[in-house]
Amino acid sequence: MLRVPALFLAAAHIQAGEASGLLTGFLHPISGLDHVLAMIAVGLWGAQLGPPAVWVLPVAFPMVMALGGTLGLMGVSLPGVEIGIALSAIVLGVLVLAEARPPLAVAALVVGFFAVFHGHAHGTELPAGESGLLYSVGFVVATGCLHAVGIALGVVHRWSPGRIALRAAGAMVALAGGAFLFRALA
Amino acid sequence: MRTAARAAIAAIAFTGLVPGEAGAHLVTTGLGPFYDGISHFALTPEDLLPVLAFALFAGLSGPSAGRAVLFVLPVAWLSGGLLGLSRSTELLMPALTAATLLVLGALVALDRRLPMVVVAGLAAALGLFHGYLNGTAKLGALGLSGVAATLFVVVALVAAYVVSLRAPWSRIAVRVAGSWLVAISILMLGWAFRAG
Repeated sequence: MLRVPALFLAAAHIQAGEASGLLTGFLHPISGLDHVLAMIAVGLWGAQLGPPAVWVLPVAFPMVMALGGTLGLMGVSLPGVEIGIALSAIVLGVLVLAEARPPLAVAALVVGFFAVFHGHAHGTELPAGESGLLYSVGFVVATGCLHAVGIALGVVHRWSPGRIALRAAGAMVALAGGAFLFRALA
Repeated sequence: MRTAARAAIAAIAFTGLVPGEAGAHLVTTGLGPFYDGISHFALTPEDLLPVLAFALFAGLSGPSAGRAVLFVLPVAWLSGGLLGLSRSTELLMPALTAATLLVLGALVALDRRLPMVVVAGLAAALGLFHGYLNGTAKLGALGLSGVAATLFVVVALVAAYVVSLRAPWSRIAVRVAGSWLVAISILMLGWAFRAG
């Protein structure tokens, strides 16, 4: 029994800052409504489109977002980041509302394009002194979980009332995106 | 495969002949250097994540590749560790870990079957590299044995689970995990070369 606290003490000493890195990274994508809505919308749209888009889009988003995050971390400036994020909510919301069915490559390009803005915003906001690896793990896992939430909600697409509900959700995301855009331009 | 098993046993037995010294900056469990090695591996994401990634890749590559990795990776890790015991390194660890994860994550995400020799070669390269870094961290021979034993268990459990997956969606889930590893590695590269 006496060994247990010693073990934790040792771990806390050696891995100082790492737990906070994981937690901070996990909380970062879910701390802003603009990010949350856009990422859930990606999942909703993927669910509407069905396989393979249902997993290609949530694969494309985190990878391109990480690229945007890297640009932000390296100090590469990107104009109109907040506007791009707001537009992502509007466009993705409208696509869900319209139940748009473009070719898979086009859908992935749309999602990837907006992912750059989300990633860049996160990259420039990352706090100094955190564990880079654990922060990145938390960050990517949280993003993936948000997509998963969207996909899970999108299961209702199988039923007629569910399809209407999904489209209504898309309209709400687009409206919220309009509010974000207003704020970004104000 | 029996040859690989014999090599693994011989390598682990050899560590008993090498004097080990636990480094002051490593995790100290109070249970001895073997358990310190296990704790070090479990609490070091720079080591743990690439191994998990390789176990996923080995599982996707099939039972034969999985069995090869099961023995090659721990032996290579141990060998690299023993080589690194009396050396120090100035390697840029975060960037190298990121590069390793990028390659492994891409292999998992793409789900490309490679010849078993290539898979075993990659396992050897990963093991030698990370083992060497563990050795330069003065983990000690017994500590390295703890790491190798843990590697064996982790690879066995994860690779066997992935091999057992039959539903198409379950393999896709593994590939999605691979894409997450790619995303993590890209972000890590950003951290490694962070401005300011």
